[in-house]
Amino acid sequence: MIDPVIFAQMGASQLDPSTTVFVIGTVVKMIVIFTIYMVGVAYSTFAERRVSAWIQDRHGPNRVGPQGLLQVAADGIKNIMKEETYPGYASKALFILAPGLAFVPAMITWAVIPFGSPLPTPWGRIDLVVADLPVGFLFTLAISSLGVYGIVLAGWSSNNKYALLGGLRSSAQMVSYEIAMGMSTVCVLLLAGNVSLNQVIAQQAHMGWNALLLTVAAFIFLVAAFAETNRVPFDLPEAESELIAGYHTEYSAMKFSMFPISEYANMITASAMMATLFFGGWDIPFTQWDNSGPHTVLKSILTFGSFATKVLFFVFFYIWIRWTLPRFRYDQLMSLGWKILLPIALIYVVVVASAVLALDASGVARGPMFGAVLFGINVVLMGVILFVLDRGRLISPAYSRLESVGVARLKNASKGRSTLNPAADKGA
Amino acid sequence: MANEFLPLFYTFHFYLFSLIALVSAIVFVTRKSPVAAALWLVVVMFALAALYVMLNAEFVGVMQVLVYAGAIMVVFLFVVMLLNLGHPSELNDIRGRWGRLAAGLLGLALVAELMALSRGGVAYNFSLPAAPKAEVLAGPAGVIGPIAAPLFREYLLAFELTSVLLLVAIIGAVVLAKKRSA
Repeated sequence: MIDPVIFAQMGASQLDPSTTVFVIGTVVKMIVIFTIYMVGVAYSTFAERRVSAWIQDRHGPNRVGPQGLLQVAADGIKNIMKEETYPGYASKALFILAPGLAFVPAMITWAVIPFGSPLPTPWGRIDLVVADLPVGFLFTLAISSLGVYGIVLAGWSSNNKYALLGGLRSSAQMVSYEIAMGMSTVCVLLLAGNVSLNQVIAQQAHMGWNALLLTVAAFIFLVAAFAETNRVPFDLPEAESELIAGYHTEYSAMKFSMFPISEYANMITASAMMATLFFGGWDIPFTQWDNSGPHTVLKSILTFGSFATKVLFFVFFYIWIRWTLPRFRYDQLMSLGWKILLPIALIYVVVVASAVLALDASGVARGPMFGAVLFGINVVLMGVILFVLDRGRLISPAYSRLESVGVARLKNASKGRSTLNPAADKGA
Repeated sequence: MANEFLPLFYTFHFYLFSLIALVSAIVFVTRKSPVAAALWLVVVMFALAALYVMLNAEFVGVMQVLVYAGAIMVVFLFVVMLLNLGHPSELNDIRGRWGRLAAGLLGLALVAELMALSRGGVAYNFSLPAAPKAEVLAGPAGVIGPIAAPLFREYLLAFELTSVLLLVAIIGAVVLAKKRSA
């Protein structure tokens, strides 16, 4: 399916390394990825607080270290020093196991995500992915379905009714949105023709990013990823207005801290998946320079930078959404997943499959032209979804719920406030 | 692949995962608490998935985790939500000593049959076609190509019938769950 020339260039421009180099290289990659990832998780908690402060016009944590950068270390030390408490009737083994189970799956997914173009070394070519599994994409789906165990077990083992409700909500939510997520990624596989993540990236480098070719799927994946990571507007499992703190009500100290850590870990992993499946992975846009041989160290560094930029953007996007949207109600969450996202994803798979079949049959080569036709189809479909099917019921600005009289009054009020602004008065 | 250049490594992990699978399976059937049993089952499935991956059947291994981990989560939910069970210590096995004896004998018979089969070699009709060549696996369709192609060509009828079977189960669940309006 992929242009064989490009595929050959991406895979085999240099000799495969020997077993010893492979083993040592893998260990080094594991250590590097783990370090970068953990620091990233720690600083995304910090980013959350600073960005939320910026959005709400506050300062945020800025006292510990320059610009508050050491706040993360202070939080970590505080959480380790605190007393660990155990509820009297908790199922102790599972209670201790649950925080770890919540965190580990997010980290395992990183084993298969490619984060740069292959690195040439004197000992052979090193692929910048820890384990280049031939079933890479399915592996990520399998592992992400495990993330729910930690949360459900935390809820169940605490022996607390609020924790149990949080855990049950989480599992129902994840089971529901996993289906929409899986369906939306079927389209990616239709275009790539393979489940190897390296080939998904090669296809996007060749035809254009899947965000443009499969806009609807990218949109569904994004929504489902928010639900899978339990982030606002889908943070029902820990809805503090209803469930105290949801599944981690009974946790304290570092074990409590593991749940926010795993939330951010999941967030970064979901961002990486989003970048890989729909935004070209480590591909640098508008040029074929980075994905044609021979590989150089400079290309590896720049493609890693490209990948990191995309991941950081989505992490910011997660935070941005959290401080912008209110939480869904539980029935709204379920009907969004089952009655809207799943049918759209199913219909979309049929549409994309027919389009690919028709384009292949009419002899259009898999390349920019193929991508342009798919992009056209997606523009039409997004238009149909937003302006014909939805008509501002789900996806709409807040003021569309008001009567037009109310909107006019609000606009007048905002005008009145700007004239009361002392700075504006001074100028007048 | 791995067994060619690291035989000791391979053998060690084969026995490690086999041991994990067997021990967890025994623990799984002897737990009285349904939640603990379900979790031990997850461990069994993982060890089996690891064994599949070691046999170069990555697709089967991943499907093992994807399907069974999800399915066991549903079992877990059923236990928590629907079965209003008492404390595990109050639960008793409803079958008596004779029931256990019969089950044990049946298990032994099955093990004996497996042993006999593995000694005698598998009948030709049950054996799979020859493993796909390395060039096929490295081709554009990757490891799923050799699985998908026969599934959607030679065995399409069986595949579609399976999906009808699943549909029947789904409709049955909806009918049972739907409230009867008087």
